[in-house]
Amino acid sequence: MGRMLRLVLAIAGKDIRLELRTRTSLLSAAVFAALMLIVFNFARDPTAVATLDLAPSVLWVTVSFASVVAMNRAFTVERENAAFDGLLLAPVSRELLYLGKYLANLVFVLVVEAIALPLFVLFFNLDLSKALLPLVLTLLLATAGFVAVGTLFSAMVAKTRFAELMLPVLLLPFMVPPLIYAVKVTVPLLAGRPLSEVIPGLNFLAVYDVVFLTLAILLFPAVVDE
Amino acid sequence: MPLADPPLVEARGLARRYGAVRALAGVDLTLRRGEVLLVLGPNGAGKSTLLRSLAGLLRPTAGSVAINGRMLTRDDPDARRPIGLLSHQSLLYDELTLLENLILAGTLYDLPDPPARARAALTAQGLEHRADDRPRSLSRGMQQRAAIARALLHDPALLLLDEPFTGLDAVAGDRLRELLREHCTEGRGMVIVTHHAAEAWELATRVGVLLQGRWAFESPRPPDMAQFHRVYQELARG
Repeated sequence: MGRMLRLVLAIAGKDIRLELRTRTSLLSAAVFAALMLIVFNFARDPTAVATLDLAPSVLWVTVSFASVVAMNRAFTVERENAAFDGLLLAPVSRELLYLGKYLANLVFVLVVEAIALPLFVLFFNLDLSKALLPLVLTLLLATAGFVAVGTLFSAMVAKTRFAELMLPVLLLPFMVPPLIYAVKVTVPLLAGRPLSEVIPGLNFLAVYDVVFLTLAILLFPAVVDE
Repeated sequence: MPLADPPLVEARGLARRYGAVRALAGVDLTLRRGEVLLVLGPNGAGKSTLLRSLAGLLRPTAGSVAINGRMLTRDDPDARRPIGLLSHQSLLYDELTLLENLILAGTLYDLPDPPARARAALTAQGLEHRADDRPRSLSRGMQQRAAIARALLHDPALLLLDEPFTGLDAVAGDRLRELLREHCTEGRGMVIVTHHAAEAWELATRVGVLLQGRWAFESPRPPDMAQFHRVYQELARG
């Protein structure tokens, strides 16, 4: 177990270090998220649509597209100098390799969300004093699920000519179910309704995570083995 | 009665297709410790496919590969442990320093004290003063030495070399040949894939020619390279 954890952390740590050196994915995703929130903020008419009706959708549309931007480079960085061959050649199971890449992507997307969430609160003038923890839990659960699928698809499209175009085309349909439930959970949370109303939605997100993370771990070896 | 050591590499009926294209068509290969197999062939003969199949980087459509008696399968990552790969690409991350690249590799191979092993490997290649530099800031020859440091870091019993002399000048090429000669002791073996026999002729103990995914010639290294070259040209012309 210790060895497995060490390997996963080594692979994730490498990706995080690469990203900190280049700042391409994180920076572009964070700027993208900020721009979307700014555009939504100035485009909306508060007298026409109530903030609480619009805000959940804006949050999740922003998070989903920014996540795609953040995950796009996960495997394209592996192409330089055929570095991915070095990972595949090592005595490390493909499953652990996936988990390392997944963990790094999860960190990237959560960082983007950590940047986007305060901007979202600021622009929509929301009081999250009671809803913050459940909202963070919702973000974690939804993100864990679509990053699992995104990491798999990112590996799948990395060798195609239009990897950055293909990822959203493949991933967005799979993001729809968790996004629907994430929005359904966020609406009552922002409205200050009882937590019992959001439990079914959170349960769905947790089940989605388990199912798709398991599927992605099982499918990843077939995706990366030529 | 003691059991004989298994061959370092034992490939049986290795075949690989890319759609309609047949890259390997039932290749058998046995490599024993201390042997160096030089694999020659024109473009598209299946050399790189053979090497990547032996490294476990490519799944054959038929046949099997065993390294040190262990079948290369997806479920047994440890079977890849004795393999080192050196190609004209360095397998190094450009945004990590040489030291970071080698520490990562050392961690993936479960080496004790990866930083110390990484420094030792760089010192062996005369790159200790460039440990904190990134691969892209090095000359082609230095990049190749860094790639060698990475390939040899875990002291692999089997070294697979894919066009290792590509882009190297004469001095760097001689240095690489010398290093490979030192590396190939009795307990180890090498498979070298190249277009040019002269590059690795002296290192080889056996020579094979691949044509259209099959062995067209395979024997102990002939004594006369010039004579072999004429045979090779005839084979390549069909």
